[in-house]
Amino acid sequence: MSIQVNNLSKNYGTQKAIDSINFEIPAGQIVGFLGPNGAGKSTTMKILTGFIPPSSGSASICGIDVEENPLKTKGLIGYLPEHNPLYLDMYVKEYLNFMAEIQGVKKIKQRTSEIIEITGLQLEKRKKIGQLSKGYRQRVGLAQALIHDPQVLILDEPTSGFDPNQLSDIRELIKKIGKEKTVLLSTHIMQEVEAICERVIVIDLGKIVADAKTTEIGQSNSKEIVIHVEFSENINPNAMKEYAEIISFEPNENSKKFKVKTANSTACKIALNKIAANHNAYILEQNEEKQSLEQIFKSLTHHVHHI
Amino acid sequence: MFTIFKKEIRSFLSSLIAYMTIAVFLLVTGLFTWIFKETSVPASGYANLDPLFALAPWIFIFLVSAITMRSFSEEKKAGTIETLTTKAVSDLGIILAKYLANLTLVVFAILPTLIYYYSVNKLAINPEETGIDRGATLGSYIGLVLLGAVYVAIGTFASAVSENQIVSFLLSMFLCFIFFIAFDFFSEIPLIKSTELTTEWLGINFHYRSISKGILDTRDIVYFLSLSTLFLGLTKFVFSSRKW
Repeated sequence: MSIQVNNLSKNYGTQKAIDSINFEIPAGQIVGFLGPNGAGKSTTMKILTGFIPPSSGSASICGIDVEENPLKTKGLIGYLPEHNPLYLDMYVKEYLNFMAEIQGVKKIKQRTSEIIEITGLQLEKRKKIGQLSKGYRQRVGLAQALIHDPQVLILDEPTSGFDPNQLSDIRELIKKIGKEKTVLLSTHIMQEVEAICERVIVIDLGKIVADAKTTEIGQSNSKEIVIHVEFSENINPNAMKEYAEIISFEPNENSKKFKVKTANSTACKIALNKIAANHNAYILEQNEEKQSLEQIFKSLTHHVHHI
Repeated sequence: MFTIFKKEIRSFLSSLIAYMTIAVFLLVTGLFTWIFKETSVPASGYANLDPLFALAPWIFIFLVSAITMRSFSEEKKAGTIETLTTKAVSDLGIILAKYLANLTLVVFAILPTLIYYYSVNKLAINPEETGIDRGATLGSYIGLVLLGAVYVAIGTFASAVSENQIVSFLLSMFLCFIFFIAFDFFSEIPLIKSTELTTEWLGINFHYRSISKGILDTRDIVYFLSLSTLFLGLTKFVFSSRKW
């Protein structure tokens, strides 16, 4: 396991930032860490990276405990903290050289120019970090996290401050890295998770409320599946009633399009095919409506906010 | 650790801090040692550097505090401390690197005053016999560096306490002042006068004067080293306190 978290808790005074959470991430997985503000995402990441210790429980990186052997685990992790703190008075190249040296990279110059190319900083490498726009600063932050070719990448809101073009570039980059490395990234943006993560962990009020594959998380949470179907011919609505798999239905616009609710998607699709055959019709279009991640997120983390 | 040390030195050199510190120190000590009539060496007629060594601890209270105030405060405020501490370096390594970088700058401020030593010696009628007291001057220099080492430790500690540089600066000046001279004053308070020597012994000035005589007493050296270690230990304590 690349990242392993056991009963991890962190208290700030009486407030529980995270409350005995458990998860495991195998090597080579890109995991999205979702949750509303103050849910405990950053706290978890700070514990994994050894910036703060847990109040109880344990965390390990590649099987090494982060508290017992912090120097070793820190060397295995590439970390981009929230707000991306940088030395603004350093030059991009100087900064990356410094980070490479501190992480014990062997061929510093070669590696720095490599990473500058990967993150698309060629034109900015001779500038002071303070002169860069937010998107480029974020790239520098990402570059320093990647500089020592870490096994595990922990990115706290890595895509904030990018324009849409840069956004897709960076997502591609993260995907590419994720093929070999383990990536844990936090974000508020649902589309991002859908675009790059294989798996989502949703955390709320310090507890994990969902942990599933990105493609499955929609289904596991809705009891009813909605299927939109379009036939080539008019269908007698009464034909629908004959099948028990179809819980309810309503015609859309005309009697060719229907919105069908069911509990068993396969059985329902077979039934729809039979109906079509009985009417000498064909199914032109058939869509299974998935609950969007955004809706799931809302339903999972919906609670009364005290203002 | 050496990486951070190099980076600190570079940031001194690329900002005005290093040049300002050295310039101000040399300007003030230069004026008092050579120009101002009341204190200057030529006017006194004695071949020694007493004005320099009497004044330096006072100037250092300001200058060292100014050098060290940014060490941790700046990084805490900017958040870069999180990037730094999550790299493969220990907390102690970070502290020592910053401490040594600050101390190096202080030593580099002191070094040019060796010209004063050369000049005073040259001014003596017969440098071989009536020239400067080499032993005492060497002792004074060693004392000054040791005093600098303690001040820098105090300043580094003050910087770790607050993320506000002004607070760190003031705290550092206050602590340097207390440890340099305040024990001399305490020892004159009638209530504790009976133990005068012991109270005075706690202050830096007592040991600084003792070393200035040219006698390298191990007790004095141990005093300076342990006070530095104490403040570095406190820095480690405060710095790692984010871990609670």
